[in-house]
Amino acid sequence: MRQMMKGNEAIAEAAVQAGCRYFFGYPITPQNEIPEYMSKRLPEVGGVFVQAESEVSAINMVYGAAGAGARVMTSSSSPGISLKQEGISYIVGAQLPCVIVNMVRGGPGLGSIQPAQSDYYQSTRGGGHGDYRMVVYAPASVQEAVELTQLAFDVADQYRNPVMVMGDGVIGQMMEPVEMPEYQPRALKAKDWAATGWDGKSRDRAVINSLYIEPDRCEAHNLMLKARYDEIEKNECMYETDYMDDAEYVVAAYGTTARIALTAIRQARAEGIKVGLIRPITLWPFPNKAFEDALPTAKKFLTVEMSMGQMVDDVRLAVNGARPVEFYGRTGGVIPGVSEIYREIVKLTGREG
Amino acid sequence: MEKQLIIAGFGGQGVLLIGQLLAYAGMLDGKEVSWMPAYGPEMRGGSANCSVVISDEKVGSPKVESADVVIAMNRPSMELFEKSVAPGGMLLYNSSLIDTKPTRTDISVYAVPCNEIAETLKSQKVANMAMLGAYLGVTEQFTIDAMMDALRHKLGPGKEKFMPLNQAAIEEGIKSVK
Repeated sequence: MRQMMKGNEAIAEAAVQAGCRYFFGYPITPQNEIPEYMSKRLPEVGGVFVQAESEVSAINMVYGAAGAGARVMTSSSSPGISLKQEGISYIVGAQLPCVIVNMVRGGPGLGSIQPAQSDYYQSTRGGGHGDYRMVVYAPASVQEAVELTQLAFDVADQYRNPVMVMGDGVIGQMMEPVEMPEYQPRALKAKDWAATGWDGKSRDRAVINSLYIEPDRCEAHNLMLKARYDEIEKNECMYETDYMDDAEYVVAAYGTTARIALTAIRQARAEGIKVGLIRPITLWPFPNKAFEDALPTAKKFLTVEMSMGQMVDDVRLAVNGARPVEFYGRTGGVIPGVSEIYREIVKLTGREG
Repeated sequence: MEKQLIIAGFGGQGVLLIGQLLAYAGMLDGKEVSWMPAYGPEMRGGSANCSVVISDEKVGSPKVESADVVIAMNRPSMELFEKSVAPGGMLLYNSSLIDTKPTRTDISVYAVPCNEIAETLKSQKVANMAMLGAYLGVTEQFTIDAMMDALRHKLGPGKEKFMPLNQAAIEEGIKSVK
């Protein structure tokens, strides 16, 4: 049955359905409905909700629960996600699966509480210290947020790495009809590495640790992680395209911005402009293939973001100089309008606007 | 077919609820819908607004820029959003609280005395339902029964005792534009 749900609440319920039983967080707009919902819902299913004293403690509680093999999640918004970065790096180092939700707001600093996409670099380049990557999902609807949240737990477990679900304030705050899917888990290996108690003989001691003091061992650890990231790049990349069959002009956008761009593209199509949309669903791994596939018909690319221009770097890497790549962005919590994006599309074609 | 609406007023007037009920009714009618609140530093007495899209196809932008319909429950909202009505679109405003007239001549305008209607029902709380009724009266987009279904869906069980008053306010709202 379809029901109207706010994005934040839908994500929280999807996590519970996927077996998440531990949530540690700290309030910040625009994601407060996630901890609010979890505080009521988790005790109903025998889970644990803790409002920590800070984001730093929350992410370290996640480290602990994940180390014990639990399905665990935390959520925050940009400034709070910055605070979690040290913990995220440790979680990666210790090969722990968990899900981190970031409902991005305007920055830098405390910025604004309105929607933004200016944490793209932070999320896709690691964010904390050290060589690492994590899968970053960017839902564009409440329904997709639900599906990606459930997938995030499986992908985290499969690769023993944190996974981020990155929305913007709109995804968290808007209500849309949702069909809560029946959770279909992937076939996953048992967590024999988890620190669940040791009888001294039946297996090696489980040690949850990210310290490799010998450089050779630390390099070997990094090479092992890199091999895993290569697997992720091969297996987990997701994107969607619209009107791309004959597209001479290609708009690249993700999340809410992709929705607004789609409306602008429909208007431009009605005016006879051959324009299409590439919408990355995973921001990392980035869907380079979608851009390569676009080249036979594409003359120009336009990246639209709620940032000063971050994903545009990845689009330029994917297009690799073969075509011009333009950029349009609004920032600080300002949502671009349909008419603004439409104007940018017309500008690409060289027609009078 | 797609309908894009902006509903605005001061915090506490129930403008977000008007939007949610229209979105619920759209969903129950099998349409694609979205409801997006402005969630800035809004507070009781401050300004509040939401965008609603009801569509036959997947909803593109959930943020409405050029609205088929604007509903303004107080004067600052009308001043802010009158320009957002698309040419040929519609503006419904709460004439109980707005003592100026809209200036646009390329749109249809309906003055709805929401608070006066609510007064006759002895509950200021249902001024928003009177406006919702006026919208139904003008557009005939949903029946009263469909709207009451949406209200029950939204409020959940245990709120049945409030239904007659809300229905009366919707009916009076419809009459006010006939």
